[in-house]
Amino acid sequence: MSPTTLALIPLLPLLAAALTCGLQNGRRAAALAITAMLGSCGLALAAFNQAWGMGQGEHTTFNITWLEVGDTAIPLGFVLDPLNGAMLAMVTFIGLLIFIYSAGYMKDDRRMARFFCYLSLFAAGMLGLVLANSLLLLFMCWEIVGLASYLLISFWFHKPEAAAAGKKAFIVTRIGDLGFLIGILLAFKTTGTLTLYDGGQGLLETLPTGMVWGMQASGLISLLLFMGAIGKSGQLPLHVWLPDAMEGPTPVSALIHAATMVAAGVFLVARAIPLFDAGGTLPVVAWTGAITALVAAFIALGQYDLKRILAYSTVSQLGLMMVGLGVAGVSVGMFHLLTHAFFKALLFLGAGSIIHGCHEEQDIRKMGGLAKPMPVTTIAYLCGTLALVAFPFTSGFFSKDEILAGAWATNQPVFWIAAAASLLTALYMTRQCLYVFPGAHRGEHIPHESPRIMTVPLVILAVFALGLGGLAKGSVLAKLPGETAHHTTVVLAVSVAVALGGIALGWLIYRGRALGQAADPLAVTPLVRKLWFDELYAATVGRLWALAVVIAEQLNELLLFVRDLTVTLADRIGTGFAVGGDRKLIDTLAFDGMCNRLRSAGHAVTRPQNGFLPGYLRLIALGAVALGLLVALMK
Amino acid sequence: MTLHHYLILAAVLFCVGLMGAFTRRNAIVVLFSVEIMLNAANLNFIAFWRYSENPALLHGPLFTLFAIAVAAAEVAVGLALVIAVYRHFKTVDLEAMDTLREE
Repeated sequence: MSPTTLALIPLLPLLAAALTCGLQNGRRAAALAITAMLGSCGLALAAFNQAWGMGQGEHTTFNITWLEVGDTAIPLGFVLDPLNGAMLAMVTFIGLLIFIYSAGYMKDDRRMARFFCYLSLFAAGMLGLVLANSLLLLFMCWEIVGLASYLLISFWFHKPEAAAAGKKAFIVTRIGDLGFLIGILLAFKTTGTLTLYDGGQGLLETLPTGMVWGMQASGLISLLLFMGAIGKSGQLPLHVWLPDAMEGPTPVSALIHAATMVAAGVFLVARAIPLFDAGGTLPVVAWTGAITALVAAFIALGQYDLKRILAYSTVSQLGLMMVGLGVAGVSVGMFHLLTHAFFKALLFLGAGSIIHGCHEEQDIRKMGGLAKPMPVTTIAYLCGTLALVAFPFTSGFFSKDEILAGAWATNQPVFWIAAAASLLTALYMTRQCLYVFPGAHRGEHIPHESPRIMTVPLVILAVFALGLGGLAKGSVLAKLPGETAHHTTVVLAVSVAVALGGIALGWLIYRGRALGQAADPLAVTPLVRKLWFDELYAATVGRLWALAVVIAEQLNELLLFVRDLTVTLADRIGTGFAVGGDRKLIDTLAFDGMCNRLRSAGHAVTRPQNGFLPGYLRLIALGAVALGLLVALMK
Repeated sequence: MTLHHYLILAAVLFCVGLMGAFTRRNAIVVLFSVEIMLNAANLNFIAFWRYSENPALLHGPLFTLFAIAVAAAEVAVGLALVIAVYRHFKTVDLEAMDTLREE
């Protein structure tokens, strides 16, 4: 695979973004974006095919020098290895399906062309991020992705919640990105390179050594990079933006906030895992992930918004991926990332279809009885649910099983937390499905099935959600680095027990209840209020923010004063020039003065012409005398 | 009697004429004064001719006769003008005739 074709994978969507940004016609923009994505997907599959042929740890790199400062050259470039080959295939394939789905979902939106522009920009950033062979390029694409995410979350900016959610996502992830940036700078300081693989000279090959600020360099750098991952992947305590991001259009939730962008944090950890290994910080990753998984699953129990439940579920599953990376290495975490991407995209697109069918209703209390009018969506959604709760032999089962096995082998407390999170996952998904599908419809409008352009991607994703895990397990675990633990009977038993137990528990709690009317036994205040995380931020970051606002206002006052002073001064100088220079010197002295002089001279010259005839006579005489004198003198 | 006496006489005559032309307000008197000045000049012609080296050439009387003839014509025109002015202004006072002044 030549560097050009590899570069085309992110450049095609970028080109589409550039072309669609000026378009008005939504259908044309959609066609353009989908075509670009199709091309990108084809190239990505070819790249995947090549990458999958490599052995473990092999990679191809293409570096070009981007910037030279003194003796230091900063190259940018692409790398291709099994890790990002799989990621590329997943991102482009799911992206393609979601692009197609969006063409149906956004059909009636006036700003459809703009939507596809943003989507394409996002895809370009994401693919660049996946391919990057330099922390710097990775960070740039990371920020492009963050920007696209902001634009897409607040796409319906006329809704105040959407605008606020976009802002929140941008600012909260920025907190993590600060750590990421410091990590990059520190990595550059300790190793002098930001290139990941560079024929033995790269950052991940040499690894930073020595101590920085009393800590081991690689440990500190990996923790700082992990901060970026925490922000992007919605790990505790920076998960608060992800549920709010559901204000965006549903395809966005599926593409960015379930399948791809939030996985970028996990991908970053997977990409930089030699650093984490060397620094001994993988347990931190595992513990953060485990706690996130449990807390988010708890909060999901108390939510009524269809998409918000899925959002917390995403946070929880991202936590499990971190656990996988932390306890068993790249292969296990990435395996769950890949399977999760398919079934969570399926669930979100299914949720979009449900919301569409219920006339933009998102509250599960006002749904119910959707199984009959929306059969395709229902079946697809149930497939996704089974995969998410890790029902035996769905793809979620295989990947979660690996995580649990790895945790059992290395870190038993984390194992039990992850198992509890899985139990809760099964519980909240059962609760949600019981609310949505059986019984009588509680909403005001009559639900209807979505058009085929939306259901076809659902069916394709459903097939992947059920089948991918079993098919891909062997090759993913073999191709990606990381050790797979021995599967003990305990792990298998617990894994099956939590899935089935959660479903059974949900069934017992919610069966026969008057859903939507009676109080929900699990929606207790702490869970409905999302464990007061927003309040916590309001009390800490919000306060700090308010302080910053006060300071900024004072600064503003000062600047205004300086501005006024400057304006007054400039006004004075200008007036001085106008009055002294223009009016006095030029007008009065030069122009008017000269005119006056001429006029008075004229007056003086006309004085003898006074009509006094004897005077004339005298002048004639005077002239004659003067003439005579002149003649006399000339002689 | 030498040339000087005649010349002094002519100069006095001229000054009298000049004085009259400058100071008098009556147009006719001014015209007289101009004639006196002309005659002063004529007197000079005659005097210079009389004391010249070759009086037989008759330059002086010739010029004088010529000047007298021209003066006669001039006086005719001048008096006609005075009469025209008098018809217009009902006066011959020069200081009353100020219509050449810038208005």
